[in-house]
Amino acid sequence: MTKADLILEIAKQTSLTKKESETVIKTVFESINNALSSGDKVELRGFGSFRVRDRKSRQGRNPKTGDTVNVPAKRVPFFKAGKELRSLVDN
Amino acid sequence: MTKEDLIKNVWEELDITNKEARQIVENVFDTMKNVLAKGEQIEIRGFGKFSVRDKNKRTGRNPRTGEEAEISARKVVTFKPSKIFKNMLK
Repeated sequence: MTKADLILEIAKQTSLTKKESETVIKTVFESINNALSSGDKVELRGFGSFRVRDRKSRQGRNPKTGDTVNVPAKRVPFFKAGKELRSLVDN
Repeated sequence: MTKEDLIKNVWEELDITNKEARQIVENVFDTMKNVLAKGEQIEIRGFGKFSVRDKNKRTGRNPRTGEEAEISARKVVTFKPSKIFKNMLK
């Protein structure tokens, strides 16, 4: 499923036009983007939670040349599936 | 941020009632859950990709007692953030 499929599906399930459904989907994912960018976490009961995880700096290797390079510390988005989603998927 | 904040954000964007916004947000995550439950992946440009992966059974250890225990084979949801999303956190 792509973003376009999700927009169509939500328009079908609700009384929203395609345009309005697109606004909903954009708002939902942009809200999560923005929350994590500002260091906040997002908890969605039944679905899961999005958090920012810190990754330490480490020694990496350029796979082409074999040179050792320093990979700097960074923050990455992390998703943990909620109980309900976990059991739905593993049935 | 919770689902309530998300509902508020959606409600502010459209000319709908709070109750409608709530129902719509529930529809979004229910739809995503059902798609993943079927084993299908969901790809949202600018956000990331949710997919279902098969995990083999393995032997784990109870961290408290140190006892070995078999962890059964299972399906799990993984999320791979898009480049755009990752760059936002830099």
